[in-house]
Amino acid sequence: MPKDSGIGASSKRREDVRFLTGNGNYTDDININGQTYAHFIRSDVAHGTINSINTAAAEAMDGVIKVFTAADFAAAGGIPCGWQITDRDGNAMQEPKHPILAEGKVRHVGDPIAVVVAETLEAARDAAEAVEIDIDELPAVIDMKAALDDGATKVHDDLTSNLCFDWGFVEENREAVDAAFAEAAHVTSLDLVNNRLVANPMEPRVAIGDYNRSDDEYTLYTTSQNPHVIRLLMGAFVLSIPEHKLRVVAPDVGGGFGSKIYHYAEEAFCTFAAKVLNRPVKWTSTRAEAFVSDAHGRDHVTKIELALDADNKFTAIRTETYANMGAYLSTFAPAIPTWLHGTLMAGNYTTPLIYVNVKAVFTNTVPVDAYRGAGRPEATFQLERVIDKAARELGVDPAELRRQNFIKPDQFPYATPVAVEYDTGDYDATLDKVLELGDYNGFAARAAESAANGKLRGIGLANYIEACGIAPSNLVGQLGARAGLYESAKVRVNATGSISVFTGSHSHGQGHETTFAQVVADMIGLPEDQIDIVHGDTSKVPMGMGTYGSRSLAVGGSAMVRATEKIINKAKKIAAHLMEAAEDDIELKDGQFSVAGTDKSVAWGDVTLAAYVPHNYPLEDIEPGLEETAFYDPANFTYPSGSYLCEVEVDPDTGTVDVVAFTAADDFGNVINPMIVEGQVQGGLAQGIGQALRESAVYDDNGQLLSGSFMDYAMPRADDLPNLVVDHSSCTPCTHNPLGVKGCGEAGAIGSPPAVVNAVLDALNRAGHKVDHIDMPVSPARVWAAMNS
Amino acid sequence: MHNFDFVSPSTVEEAAAALQGDEAQALGGGQTLIPTMKQRLAAPTTLVSLTGIAGMSGVSSDGGALTIGGATTHATVADQAGAYPALAALAGGIGDPAVRNRGTIGGSLANNDPSACYPSAVLGSGATVVTNTREIAADDFFDGMFTTALDEGEIITAVRFPVPQAASYQKFLQPASRFALTGVFVAQYADGVRVAVTGASEGGVFRWSEAEAALSADFSAGALDGLSVSADGMIGDLHGTPEYRAHLIKVLTKRAVSAAA
Repeated sequence: MPKDSGIGASSKRREDVRFLTGNGNYTDDININGQTYAHFIRSDVAHGTINSINTAAAEAMDGVIKVFTAADFAAAGGIPCGWQITDRDGNAMQEPKHPILAEGKVRHVGDPIAVVVAETLEAARDAAEAVEIDIDELPAVIDMKAALDDGATKVHDDLTSNLCFDWGFVEENREAVDAAFAEAAHVTSLDLVNNRLVANPMEPRVAIGDYNRSDDEYTLYTTSQNPHVIRLLMGAFVLSIPEHKLRVVAPDVGGGFGSKIYHYAEEAFCTFAAKVLNRPVKWTSTRAEAFVSDAHGRDHVTKIELALDADNKFTAIRTETYANMGAYLSTFAPAIPTWLHGTLMAGNYTTPLIYVNVKAVFTNTVPVDAYRGAGRPEATFQLERVIDKAARELGVDPAELRRQNFIKPDQFPYATPVAVEYDTGDYDATLDKVLELGDYNGFAARAAESAANGKLRGIGLANYIEACGIAPSNLVGQLGARAGLYESAKVRVNATGSISVFTGSHSHGQGHETTFAQVVADMIGLPEDQIDIVHGDTSKVPMGMGTYGSRSLAVGGSAMVRATEKIINKAKKIAAHLMEAAEDDIELKDGQFSVAGTDKSVAWGDVTLAAYVPHNYPLEDIEPGLEETAFYDPANFTYPSGSYLCEVEVDPDTGTVDVVAFTAADDFGNVINPMIVEGQVQGGLAQGIGQALRESAVYDDNGQLLSGSFMDYAMPRADDLPNLVVDHSSCTPCTHNPLGVKGCGEAGAIGSPPAVVNAVLDALNRAGHKVDHIDMPVSPARVWAAMNS
Repeated sequence: MHNFDFVSPSTVEEAAAALQGDEAQALGGGQTLIPTMKQRLAAPTTLVSLTGIAGMSGVSSDGGALTIGGATTHATVADQAGAYPALAALAGGIGDPAVRNRGTIGGSLANNDPSACYPSAVLGSGATVVTNTREIAADDFFDGMFTTALDEGEIITAVRFPVPQAASYQKFLQPASRFALTGVFVAQYADGVRVAVTGASEGGVFRWSEAEAALSADFSAGALDGLSVSADGMIGDLHGTPEYRAHLIKVLTKRAVSAAA
């Protein structure tokens, strides 16, 4: 029987009432008395020297308050990077300044040059046309490999080259890996591209700066996944505002997918300008601006090689990746192609020797940072593509080749050669499940049916493992993180027993308000509606690190469990006092405290009232009140895993790929709300299938973004997708967090791209087309070209 | 968007007069013009709305011809052009419901987007574009991407389609915009077959005359087997090479013939 509330119940998402009826409170819904409007003037060339900016005519126009340029920010710091990588020679990465507004040079289309602040948005836009900016265009640096040529134009004149870092992992393994390749019975090699993506959350970014002169306090309302991180970065590194004078609020946020993790120039601008003008300053991104100012994702060019012995056991993996950083280092950019990518190259397999080389490159493009999955999709794509190619070369079943190389359940905890220790997993279980649910053995009949209709049918498999529940602070500190990655929770029990939970996690569509309430309700035995979840406001919530990397439940939820445990322990003391019993004899069930072996009991509400009206209360032993805070720092990453099976039909006349079936079998450990988990997987699959078949941010040689609107950037739509069969019945609970949970937010986007591409290649090869690879997006034109080359 | 004056004349004559003003621009459903103005890429001083003019909206059937008012929305054509099913189907496949309930046939034809659907139907049907000053044969109307035979301020009041014996429009969707990456309109008349192609050529909509000759002799997909379209002059972009578009023309023409026959 499915439960109807608490842990394991598919409770309806309480936040949907406001989201689906137009009653959400998004940042753009906030309007402050006396508010002004900022319009950013952005570079329309990819690279150039700014000779002059003349704002006089614009500033004389009606309604214009001020036009800001870099000169106004001489005292401000640059936008900081939150992660430092050390290269193969032990040197720190090259880290250029990222100014709020362009200083002397523009470095990508969309780079902000000046900002008009006016009484109305239209007045600001009118005046922007009167700002005279003289730029000498410079050659654009777009291709990553060309960017590293001797004598290449430099994106940053003060750096030695366009190479941010050259990272080797594990550097000490390099020679052993080379030796393993020399001895291999078979080597499969593959060159591939992980296409650049634009996150495109439904809600574009917004920032509103507000300043209160009487108490010298700033408030920034922003579309952020982590308001405390913004407060820390902007306050400490950019604007020198102490934290007690700076409040950051991220109210309802309409999707992030990573792109709203980072501290952006617009946030610092609005906060700063609000004080200069002594008026609130609001900026709302247009969709066109979002394409050239939100951090992009992916954009890796990789050569991967897989060595196998005569028994088809994987003996070594060697990769060389060029990772695009864009023009500046976004907040977590250097961590994505390194620690979130190299550490995953073992996948689900026992490959003993792995060497990953990553060259991070500056180009005249929008900065690149995490996008749903962040590094792990890139690793998974390489691995699952090269394994599929190896299976074809060796003439073995791709499912069996994978299974033969799996880490087996009795090998956990399993230390990989790339520095992580998987605590638990059962890869055979998800593989068996997906092959069963997807009817792998019945494929031939379906292929025959497709052939009768003139279509080529293919089936593609991919396994994935991800490291999420980010992250143990002491470990990531050693790896270059400039922040801790714990999470906070404060549980406030009110006098009459209702509860407000303040979490450092941030919900921007994930359903935390429902899921987190289910956990606390379950622990105490209360109806879920007695618990409210509060997030997204640094003035309410203890310092927390926010939501990304599938970390909210595993880390934020664990902090909430710890705080709730403290509440329960204290409440038991109070209950023991009220019932004149020993504390050890107190039991809590269904919101009632009872004394073991007796019929004595007091209700939850009696205990909470006693805490705040302590007339009959052990004041000599414990304080009044019932409010507890916990900070939880995970002992390890969590390692969700799964197996995905995709079936496609290819139209041989046009190259059109139709995803006709998709089955996902995941192991997320324990599941709090199955419905929300299924929704998260489906959303991830939509984005992964979108990456595989449709989405691509493409620059021309001059650095113009060719796919800079929805007219050319192909988002997946509902009618592009089949019914997505998702299963999470395989369950090996996480061994090191109190809920036994692993995280589910990114899985779909990680595992699906290789499954789709493998299916397309299977269809083509079954039809006699010898095609080893097609780069994503696997568009009809590319499929047709591959079939006719 | 820059400020502009808005006028809504009730007769064609008033509209024509209003369009004589400096930087005046006719407004149909605004599905291209308004987004362009919002991006500040166009800034007419006066918009002259054509949708309030009596007699410029609606579909009427007269013997062998179907006449559609210039300000008729795609949704109305989809709903009321049952006498010409291929045309109704084409109209019902343009954009999305919001576009179809605002966009007009006259606006689409005057804009002559190289990826729009309607130009292929007009050219493929040998339709007549009726304006406030004259009648223009389809073969004389389209003049390359975003260019037509219309004079400054000339208003499309109606389009007259001869109804064919059989017809079909086949559109291959550009994956992002869902405009026609390539679209082919095939119509069979007593005096021959017309084949018009949109989305593919740098010169805008055009007739594939070799296919017309082959299909006039034998209206079957097989009649196209020996033919091919040159990639010269075809559009190459993110979504397809010139060679791919040239290939799609043949595939879609065959499909249109099969669907029509």
